[in-house]
Amino acid sequence: MSVKYTEDHEWIKVDGDTGTVGISPYAANALGDVVFVELPEIGLELSKGDEAAVVESVKAASEVYAPVGGQVTEVNAALEDAPETVNASADGGGWFLKIKIADASELGDLMDADAYAEFCKGL
Amino acid sequence: MKTEGRQTRPVTAANESMPQSFSGNIGLSQKEDLIFEIGTPRRTGVDLPEPKGTQSRLGGMERQGEIGLPGLTEPQTLRHYVRLSQKNYAIDLGVYPLGSCTMKHNPRLNEKVARMPGFADVHPLQPVQTVQGALEVMSELSDWLITMTNMPAVALTPKAGAHGELCGMMAIRARLDADGQTARRRVLVPESAHGTNPATAVQCGFTVDEIPANAKGRVDMDALRAKLSERSDDIAGIMLTNPNTCGLFENDIIEIADLIHKAGGYFYCDGANFNALVGRVRPGDLGVDAMHINLHKTFSTPHGGGGPGSGPTVLSDALKDFAPVPFVVKTQDGFDLIENADGEAAQSFGRMCVFHGNMGMYTRALSYMMSHGADGLKQATEDAVLNANYVQASLSDVMTPAFDGYCMHEALFDDRFLKDTGVETLDFAKAMIDEGYHPMTMYFPLVVHGAMLIEPTESESKGELDRFIGSMRSLAERAKSGDAESFKAAPVHAPMRRLDETQAARKPVLRWTPPEDTAQAAE
Repeated sequence: MSVKYTEDHEWIKVDGDTGTVGISPYAANALGDVVFVELPEIGLELSKGDEAAVVESVKAASEVYAPVGGQVTEVNAALEDAPETVNASADGGGWFLKIKIADASELGDLMDADAYAEFCKGL
Repeated sequence: MKTEGRQTRPVTAANESMPQSFSGNIGLSQKEDLIFEIGTPRRTGVDLPEPKGTQSRLGGMERQGEIGLPGLTEPQTLRHYVRLSQKNYAIDLGVYPLGSCTMKHNPRLNEKVARMPGFADVHPLQPVQTVQGALEVMSELSDWLITMTNMPAVALTPKAGAHGELCGMMAIRARLDADGQTARRRVLVPESAHGTNPATAVQCGFTVDEIPANAKGRVDMDALRAKLSERSDDIAGIMLTNPNTCGLFENDIIEIADLIHKAGGYFYCDGANFNALVGRVRPGDLGVDAMHINLHKTFSTPHGGGGPGSGPTVLSDALKDFAPVPFVVKTQDGFDLIENADGEAAQSFGRMCVFHGNMGMYTRALSYMMSHGADGLKQATEDAVLNANYVQASLSDVMTPAFDGYCMHEALFDDRFLKDTGVETLDFAKAMIDEGYHPMTMYFPLVVHGAMLIEPTESESKGELDRFIGSMRSLAERAKSGDAESFKAAPVHAPMRRLDETQAARKPVLRWTPPEDTAQAAE
């Protein structure tokens, strides 16, 4: 399993043809206390870069974009009642959705953990 | 301030060397409970005899139980609301630098005019022959707006900024539909836009395509050209704020308008910041097709809890036939109202509100325009821009302006000056409350990290601005001196201390429950 990152601070953990998507601890920290999460319908077809979810903190509302294209197979409904999980465990229990990856080659455009850490340093 | 015979230190509950008061009041600042805690359903402020011999006609649908509204006497009610009003902060109390909101002084002359019986006591259903004066105000106001913007038409009815955006985008949609251009559904919106822009576009059935900003805080022209050259036959238009939400003039606006028109789209300009342009720039000269004007910002009508908004929308030749009804027309006998979307208004997209819009705001805005005159309006614009630049220049060595160069009507800072201090934008804003100021707009626009957006408006004198700047400088220096603790504790002098905004957003308590119910529920 490998984890890849986007410049918009989403991560995707790839397991076979399924990817689990969340936002990075850096993003969760920058957003501040998350107060609301809006998740997509299961079955929704997303293209890479489409709005997949919405995350709202005390500071701002932001979109979570699909790191790759595919169909939404599962969402983390627990976040609707416990949005604080995004702050507590952005790269674990705070995942947003699972996606059936349509085209694995799109993963090639994303950063690995080291490249992402370097990217965040430059911000 | 003369200090002889005066306390120079504030005596507040936060001053820990002093004992707390027994009552919970702080001097003459009264502690105030919720109205439900003061009142009881068993009390009433009105003493009327029981009605005799009345028969209910509700046919058994009468209310069975109590509804639990608090009962108060008249003096209790008065005191409650007066006390609450004293805890409020308003433009009538002090500097209100809320960026993007234009909290300028509301001249009392406007209020006097709006209360004249001929304006205040008319009803929208009166025959037009009996309200000629009111219609003349609407006509005259339209003429002023048309002249100031150099646009051929204006729809007065929209009731606020976002409603005006809706009006403009509905006119664009109506024009596209009338031309059979049903494939044109993509609207370009800069990422720094007011959140209402994309919302309006989606509401009108368009899809939103974001344009990034460049390092100077303006539209990235290369990105815009790339988007248009990639595909342009689906372009409905662009929604652009000028000056933008970073307080900067979009220098490329004429080229942007050309590009959009060549692509077959229309140019919606968000006129929320028109107060930085009046008398200096006419949107009609820039290629704008539709723009709303916030009378409650640019033309000083009260807002922010003080009154309703009003968002007249000017329209270009391409869009004016699609304007909503009703509107006022001049006839040989005076003024008339076109109420229906037929005849000369056959292409109108319809009606946006039941009557004619917020009439009280029309009288106030026209009073402001006529009392200022064209030269006065221009000076107000120039003073607003000067004041914002004075604030920016006076703070730029201790705070960090988000972009280089002059600003328009508002000064935008980011949080680089707070780096490694442990103080965040939110803490800085809370500390301003202790200084006696309403905080500036924070964390907006989103394109700037930890944004602080300050709009002083033309209303503030140099003396007032200097005091404000002095406080801001002292706060910035305190933050840098390593005193994060006092910022985290702020506000200490406010009626309420730091509120748990996270908890309030996550678990909002929207309904008061009596203490006995809460106790029972806990058992």
